[in-house]
Amino acid sequence: MIAYAIYFAAGCFGLAFLMNLWKIATAEGVGDRVLALDTMVINAIALMILYGLANGTEIFFEAAMIVAMLGFVSTVAYARFMLRGNIIE
Amino acid sequence: MEQVLDLLITFFLVIGGVFGLVGSFGLIKLDDPMSRLHAPTKATTLGVGGVLIASMLHAYAYEGHLSWHELLIALFLFLTAPITANFIAKAHIHRHETPDSLPLAGGDRKWATHDTPPDEQEAASPPADRG
Repeated sequence: MIAYAIYFAAGCFGLAFLMNLWKIATAEGVGDRVLALDTMVINAIALMILYGLANGTEIFFEAAMIVAMLGFVSTVAYARFMLRGNIIE
Repeated sequence: MEQVLDLLITFFLVIGGVFGLVGSFGLIKLDDPMSRLHAPTKATTLGVGGVLIASMLHAYAYEGHLSWHELLIALFLFLTAPITANFIAKAHIHRHETPDSLPLAGGDRKWATHDTPPDEQEAASPPADRG
């Protein structure tokens, strides 16, 4: 039962990932692209955790943690660049 | 007991998957940039939270110990998602809105992105050179 639930969730997040890629390709403004990239990072974290869950290893949690931090910092840096034209003043 | 845990894990996985899908679908479906901000920052974060809770319960049910890594990731995501949304909204206000096109902020001041605080207005008698 759990195996099918993992497949279902992985399918949902994979489809969400494709939607984000579509949004990045067709967005009008740069703000939408940053938002889509941020969502893509979150979906990637979910896919990593699902992969670790399916294989029964715990090593992917560390990777997911690092990806979460990198995603947050890069999104804030990009938004900061849009806002001020500069990241560190 | 194991059956109940299995049901809970399945429930959280399915809920998480559905919310993740809804979040990204809202990103391409909604037509206003500011309403587009809602779907990924709220629904997707909830979806990831569901998957993380399922992973915690899975470690408890099959390895005998409650794993705390997931809680750390969930806490981090739940803390950073509003900050990200706030930054993107501020960038949108800065680039696409004027003080007249926004609703009133309440009080005498403008929205914070457009507003210069009174102490900075006094200090900036020569135009500040930025960048």
